[in-house]
Amino acid sequence: MLEGALLLAALATGDPQAGEAIYPRCAACHALAYDRVGPRHCGVIGRRAGSVAGFEYSPAMKRSKLTWTRENLERFLADPVGTVPGTTMTYAGVPDAKERVDLVAFLANAKCK
Amino acid sequence: MSSFFSIPNPAAARRLFLAQSGLVLSGAAVALLAGRDALAAKSKAGGADDVRILNTALGAELEAIAAYQVGAESGLLQKPVHALAVQFQGHHKEHADVLAKTVQKLGGKPVVAKSKYSFPVEGLKVQADVLRFAASLEQGAVSAYLGAVPLFANRDLSKAAASILGDEAMHWAVLRNALGENPVPSAFVS
Repeated sequence: MLEGALLLAALATGDPQAGEAIYPRCAACHALAYDRVGPRHCGVIGRRAGSVAGFEYSPAMKRSKLTWTRENLERFLADPVGTVPGTTMTYAGVPDAKERVDLVAFLANAKCK
Repeated sequence: MSSFFSIPNPAAARRLFLAQSGLVLSGAAVALLAGRDALAAKSKAGGADDVRILNTALGAELEAIAAYQVGAESGLLQKPVHALAVQFQGHHKEHADVLAKTVQKLGGKPVVAKSKYSFPVEGLKVQADVLRFAASLEQGAVSAYLGAVPLFANRDLSKAAASILGDEAMHWAVLRNALGENPVPSAFVS
């Protein structure tokens, strides 16, 4: 019982170190501190989608009205094109739920300065 | 050896010319550039999505070209490593060219290179820094293409993207090897 609860807790919060090992998959288009083909990731948790100043988003992302809560980001990472049809993040997604939670945990804890 | 000029069929002559001139493109790239009407026709259903996928890839390729330029001009690369960087940059230029032409063929507007890119140049102090930076971009490119391959409506485009993925995986492996790391650390990429 306790073991199950701990597992659920781990899944809920994620492992930032494990997420850091997954983050290089994003490196064709993203960086933490600066915009590239995709927008910067620093400060993404709590940010309104399509709101990094100076970054040219797709109309679909600008219209999405999403705020990047952990849950929304995890949902988007599971299926970017299905979650925001028309996004330029034309990537099939991260299919493993634990990897997604870990990746979000890394992004939430990333040191950006 | 067959003469280029003795072949009456233009398509066969072109293949021979490419084969003999060293301008050997992958089969997928040739298919993309061959001007087959069927390619555009088959893409009509998911054409807009395919164009968007191609344009995202094109944007990343254009950035990679710029990144390799930064590396080549850094003054940090020894001669053979510099030659390798220029060669890899040339591959990215070929990818970008094919992608842009395909976007146009499908009725889209190819994205163009940004006037300015942000790169972590302050962190590039020695050759290994440049190699590590390039390796990170190539690793990311492999993942990006891997994530794009299943999305294309047109399977010819999936094949072409997989062809580019293979090339960028080789870049990544060579760069890892140059850094003294295991060039092929696992049986699968992700």
